Amino acid sequence: MSKFKKKKGGDLPPISTASLPDIVFMLLFFFMVATVMRENTLLIQNTLPVANQVEKLDKKNPISYIYMGKPSDNYKKKYGTEARVQLNDKFADVNDVGAFIEAERAALREELIPYLTVSLKVDKEAQMGIVGDVKQELRKVNALKINYTTGVGDALSNIE
Amino acid sequence: MAKRAAPEVNAGSMADIAFLLLIFFLVTTTIEKDSGINRKLPPMEESEEDVVIKQKNIFTISINSRDELLVEEERMELKDLRKAAVEFLDNNGDGSCSFCKGKKDSKSSDNPDKAIISLKNQRETSYAAYIAVQNEVVGAYNELRNRRALELGPQKGFSGMDFVKMQENYKDVRWSGNKDRLKAVIDQIKEEIPQKFSEVIE
Repeated sequence: MSKFKKKKGGDLPPISTASLPDIVFMLLFFFMVATVMRENTLLIQNTLPVANQVEKLDKKNPISYIYMGKPSDNYKKKYGTEARVQLNDKFADVNDVGAFIEAERAALREELIPYLTVSLKVDKEAQMGIVGDVKQELRKVNALKINYTTGVGDALSNIE
Repeated sequence: MAKRAAPEVNAGSMADIAFLLLIFFLVTTTIEKDSGINRKLPPMEESEEDVVIKQKNIFTISINSRDELLVEEERMELKDLRKAAVEFLDNNGDGSCSFCKGKKDSKSSDNPDKAIISLKNQRETSYAAYIAVQNEVVGAYNELRNRRALELGPQKGFSGMDFVKMQENYKDVRWSGNKDRLKAVIDQIKEEIPQKFSEVIE
């Protein structure tokens, strides 16, 4: 009669975690493939505006990045709340842009220099004054190819 | 000799190692934004002789410090800008443009080659507003170029491709068509509808 033993009370069987490493590895590979290493530590707020008539930045050509925006919270005390320029890893003056471009050019092979594109990553709350000043500096050093880097989205949402 | 079973490797900590790596990559990398609006700045040397441009060939857009738009002396909402710009570029006042479908208004631009869009903004204008206007202007040019590409494409053997698609294909290494001929079509359209765009900061 004891052939059909009652199963022992409500003990749940242990959940197998054998496939956990596989899942985590999958995530890991996704992030390794889809992202790139951070190049600069941002000292400023940098929320890019959105636009929908965008072109892809050509990665074959050399690109220099110029960041603009308000200093982030940690630096507000020291640098104020007006939008600033960031070159590489530090705050810079508008006048330093020319020297920065020259330095970027010096690091390139000669035949690539005319193809240098300057990508302007500007916070959407920044004002046009500083952007205009930087563009003027770029004209002075003859770096004329620029790209206003933006996210992809409906441009009308920029102005609320 | 007795066959000894290979000892099993404990894989219990594999998940921890993988998590560690995952978190490292999450922290040190970013998903790069690599799209944007390409522009070419005008070179520094100013030409000495003043070029006389008729007022009717200039389409003036002003943005004030509160991000409001003034287009041709009238207030306008951003969403209407693209249509107004297309109408201006497409106007064909002197009838020399064979593919335009505009109204031929004598008070508006002569032809797309002569039409200039002038953007005035103030130092206090926000960058977001500036980009939004830039986007609409590029959108207007693209609208006309797309229309022209759909007309011109079939004659040159590239049917069903608008201008944006043509440019995309031209850059795409996997695209198998004739790139030289595509480049010729793109250049022709660019020449017929050039982006003439001037900017002033007040």
